[in-house]
Amino acid sequence: MAQVKNRLTPFFENITFDRDDNELILNFGPQHPSAHGQLRLMLHLQQEQIVKAHPDIGYLHRGMEKMAENMIYNEFMPTTDRMDYIASSSNNYGFALAVEKLIGLEVPRRAKVIRMLLLEINRLMSHLFWLATTALDIGAMTVFLFAFREREYLMDIIEGYCGARLTHAAIRIGGVPLDLQDGFLHQLRVFLNKLPQNIKDYEDLLDSNRIWLMRMEEVGVISTEMALSWGCTGPMLRASGVAWDIRKEEPYELYDEVEFDVPFSDKGDNFARYRIYMEEMRQSAKILYQCIEMYEKCEKDGQTDLMAHAPKYISAPKIDIMTQNYSLMQHFVLVTQGMRPPVGEVYVPTESPKGELGFYINSQGGPYPYRLKLRAPSFWHTGILTDLLPGHYIPDVVSIIGTTNIVFGEVDR
Amino acid sequence: MRAYKPKDNVQAKAYYTDRFYVAPQVPKTSVDEDEVFAADLEAIKAKFEVKDAYIQVEQMVIYINAHDIYGVLELMRDELAYTQLSEMSAIDWLAKDDTFEIFYQMLSMTKRKRIRVKYFIKNGEAVDSVEKLFRSADWSEREMFDMFGIEANNHPFMKRILMPYDWEGYPLLKTYPLEGDEFAAWYEVDKIYGKEARDIIGPELRDTARVDRYDSERFARLGHEVPKGTKITGDEPAVTQSYQEEGGVFLIKKLDKESSVVIDDPQR
Repeated sequence: MAQVKNRLTPFFENITFDRDDNELILNFGPQHPSAHGQLRLMLHLQQEQIVKAHPDIGYLHRGMEKMAENMIYNEFMPTTDRMDYIASSSNNYGFALAVEKLIGLEVPRRAKVIRMLLLEINRLMSHLFWLATTALDIGAMTVFLFAFREREYLMDIIEGYCGARLTHAAIRIGGVPLDLQDGFLHQLRVFLNKLPQNIKDYEDLLDSNRIWLMRMEEVGVISTEMALSWGCTGPMLRASGVAWDIRKEEPYELYDEVEFDVPFSDKGDNFARYRIYMEEMRQSAKILYQCIEMYEKCEKDGQTDLMAHAPKYISAPKIDIMTQNYSLMQHFVLVTQGMRPPVGEVYVPTESPKGELGFYINSQGGPYPYRLKLRAPSFWHTGILTDLLPGHYIPDVVSIIGTTNIVFGEVDR
Repeated sequence: MRAYKPKDNVQAKAYYTDRFYVAPQVPKTSVDEDEVFAADLEAIKAKFEVKDAYIQVEQMVIYINAHDIYGVLELMRDELAYTQLSEMSAIDWLAKDDTFEIFYQMLSMTKRKRIRVKYFIKNGEAVDSVEKLFRSADWSEREMFDMFGIEANNHPFMKRILMPYDWEGYPLLKTYPLEGDEFAAWYEVDKIYGKEARDIIGPELRDTARVDRYDSERFARLGHEVPKGTKITGDEPAVTQSYQEEGGVFLIKKLDKESSVVIDDPQR
């Protein structure tokens, strides 16, 4: 259609337009505040409608897989923190579990309980952060402040445990480095007792909010086939009608001993994802209550071991290292040369707050992994934007990016 | 004499390995031990050649021919309910026998089983894209191309994904250097002015965090401020700092336990 000059279309004296289809290419990001990090989107627009979307990633690429090939296994642990930095213990855990499966280690029960406590606290932190930032993107400032306040309490608890608030490195291969500090359980209980009311507050603010519903309902609908084909996992998949939670289906740690439900929805839109995040917070709280009981039972039964006993791979407890010659020698070799897992390969999936976090490790018997592949859920949740965005309007982009819950430390690795 | 370093694998090496150390193996078990895997393997074997199959750490691993990959994954998706391609990538064996090993991590949600499909390709060969079967392969294959330089046939958009488009080299190859080039600071100088100008121009400043303490054009020199462009001699007088708090900063000189409150609940 040829352009017709009228009072509404601007007239440029020296510029002729070769294309007459009105298509505009809009660069969204990589520094857009609601791009959740370093996402660049090239959007082809017809008026305000998107006809083609091209996500461009790699602005936070640090080559973690390459780094892993040149680090001993224990050395790589703090690097995993920098993947999904909103819930860093879940990355630590995924890596630790993969190496433990490779070696064939059994972790002491008390360490397992502490790990589960940390994992579920991380899930809560991640979901609260998701709620806060998404609500802020949509314009709900109050929810942002409320959710960040609750997240702050959790960060304080974690800080008491491992000294760090964001990059925890709180889990070791073979167990956990420390026992829970005094007051951990008390503080957690106080928090959990308040949490249902907090969640209700958020829901009161959002569930019947007209703007929230308009931005969320029937927007960004992902069909089941599309979610499966794109490798979606976690809340993204559960919102599209597949009740698949690795904690339930392929249980690791003690998830087969705790009781919890897997919320899912067949709507597939933004609102379904929002509802699932809210419900998962309640389920996490339920798991945490049970973990507290399990921990107290461990204490009563006198189960004090925090690290697996495997002198070939894991250093002895500190007291042995300081008193026994052979333990010190083992420790010295493990710190300087690193453990040498058996020859073989393993792929271990875990349910991180974002979805299926998998670690593929190929070991050739050396102290460095021969190949380590990080399967980060957000990578595909970003990829799906290619197929998801066309047909939507510009304001929907922000709410869709929000509900996909992508973290760029994880997408780019 | 400089120590010999192999050129085909420049990655970190263990600095000490016992001559008599024999690395143990992660146990492999026969596929017959698991009914579901055995049935799946039979179904695949009926149509395609399977070179090797075993179970390792609860997952079945099968080796197939490179040209069968599309067919095998199609069969697995449509008939064996492996509906998700969780992950795919390559392993660099160029130093050993000039091959790449490609693996596809498949998941069946109804059977709760995972299978790893693998095959080898020679260096320089391309793989068949499975993007038509699983959209997730779109980005995985691009990442594999970006990291290893392995192209996928029939891929809709075979471009780099994580590295910049104009990047040279493939970072996850074992031949990819771990350190930068120590002579890189001279390349621009040599190209533009010629080698004989090296003494006059000096090396290119490549450290972006470098601060020159004698530079009064670009840096503020906190505490020793001078007018812009002043030649710095080094004995500029220090500028006295003053704080906003006129009455001084509030400090507790002596702690009085009686009149203070101890907070043990951070959620008070």
